[in-house]
Amino acid sequence: VTATAAAPWPPPGAHQQRLLPARGPEDLAAHLRRHGHPPPGASGRLIDAVERSGLTGRGGAAFPAGTKIRAVAEAAAAAPRGAVVVANGSESEPASAKDSVLLANAPHLVLDGIELTAAAIGATSAYLCAHRGLQQLSAAIAERDRAGPSVPVQLLQTPPGYLPGQETALISVLNGGLPRPTLVPPRPAERGVRRRPTLVLNVETLAHIALIARHGPAWFRQAGTPQAPGTALVTVGGEVRWPGVYEIPLGTSLRELLRNTGLEAPPQAVLTGGYFGSWLPGGADVSISPAGLSAAGGLLGPGVFAVLPDSRCGLAETARILGYLASQTAGQCGPCVHGTPALAQAWHEIAFGRPDGAVIAWVQQLTGLLEGRGACHLPDGAAALAASAMNVFASDVRAHAAGGPCARTSMPPMLPLPGVSR
Amino acid sequence: VSERGPALRVNPIACEAHGVCIELLPELIRADPWGYPIISAGPVPDDLLPLARRAVAACPTLALRLDGPGPAAPARKGWRRSAPPR
Repeated sequence: VTATAAAPWPPPGAHQQRLLPARGPEDLAAHLRRHGHPPPGASGRLIDAVERSGLTGRGGAAFPAGTKIRAVAEAAAAAPRGAVVVANGSESEPASAKDSVLLANAPHLVLDGIELTAAAIGATSAYLCAHRGLQQLSAAIAERDRAGPSVPVQLLQTPPGYLPGQETALISVLNGGLPRPTLVPPRPAERGVRRRPTLVLNVETLAHIALIARHGPAWFRQAGTPQAPGTALVTVGGEVRWPGVYEIPLGTSLRELLRNTGLEAPPQAVLTGGYFGSWLPGGADVSISPAGLSAAGGLLGPGVFAVLPDSRCGLAETARILGYLASQTAGQCGPCVHGTPALAQAWHEIAFGRPDGAVIAWVQQLTGLLEGRGACHLPDGAAALAASAMNVFASDVRAHAAGGPCARTSMPPMLPLPGVSR
Repeated sequence: VSERGPALRVNPIACEAHGVCIELLPELIRADPWGYPIISAGPVPDDLLPLARRAVAACPTLALRLDGPGPAAPARKGWRRSAPPR
């Protein structure tokens, strides 16, 4: 996804632009001109304010941020050594660009969030993890160091691949290990980096926290809905006129978002939530919020919406994603090691072969065998993606079964796959 | 069957599909196509608790645990949706 490259900026309908600056990346001076300093004592009231704001994690889990921060604060109060803050900007999801766009344009909002939460939970060290743009981030950190003392923030370049962005895998990397998920419990809140209580938050979540510290929870709730307050960054990709990263109030309808990206008619389908997400029929009109998408069988996840036009075969796109996911297994859990590639292989037959009833039944059995069987949720994600594709592209499955792969399967891949040229 | 009670839980990283638990407790544990255990959801019925404890003790990789009290946590979808910190 080439974020924002072709999009009109600010995008049409962007009336709630809170995080992303209207023009260009912000240095510290520009950041302070736009937002000012957080009020003195803001960190002391921070946990309470975040709880009342209703902010949920923007990395994909949509877990209440205030609850998570309080849990680490409590664990830290009981620990002999200080807690650790990990800002997760790894964005290992290939179809997402929102974290890198945020870090490139408003790094100081994220760094504010790190500083404020670190002070709120008594953290003595912090990490900022990202795949890209490390040099600019390093410059942003240096700017703040010159401005005055703050919690030391160390940069980590997240290793490539799908799993390293997962929170326990990231902690494993920070502890000098391989990027492999670990079994929870113990959760990072209890035992994370160097066995200390560790707060892992997505970088967008931290940027919202920086604004909640300034303007309060009531201000935060002025955007969005009572159940899903605030704005969120979303990445719209696939075949739309203006692909890119958009900041929308939660509760915006998917139809309106797609209209604002230049899409006039409903597409064939939309992939929601990323590569461990779910397909929705293109005509679905859902409210963009964690609950709104789940209710429709989709996933908000990290806010990915990839638009599949009529000219593409959804089965072929799904086959490539499942192949990618299978290639990303950490190799730790048997059901994932065996089941995820088996699912990818069976799905390849559905997309590019002439699937018989046995293959289709095997796919259905595999989706059941993968759910909840790994230490992380990679196998669950692959299963959910396959199950949603089976529903949304049911008529294509029948057509492939009757007449072999459709002509659209020879189209080049639409969705980005790391390590695969498009 | 008790409403609440200890539940069996497998550590999928440690499990190497030796299959001992499947042999010892077929009432609650069955094999998937690759020989890894699939555990029935919910608490272990009281009358099976001694067998469950035996299966836990017999696991060559210490991958099986009897956690409790309380029913097993429901499976979550999507690996990024990590559960609440406790």
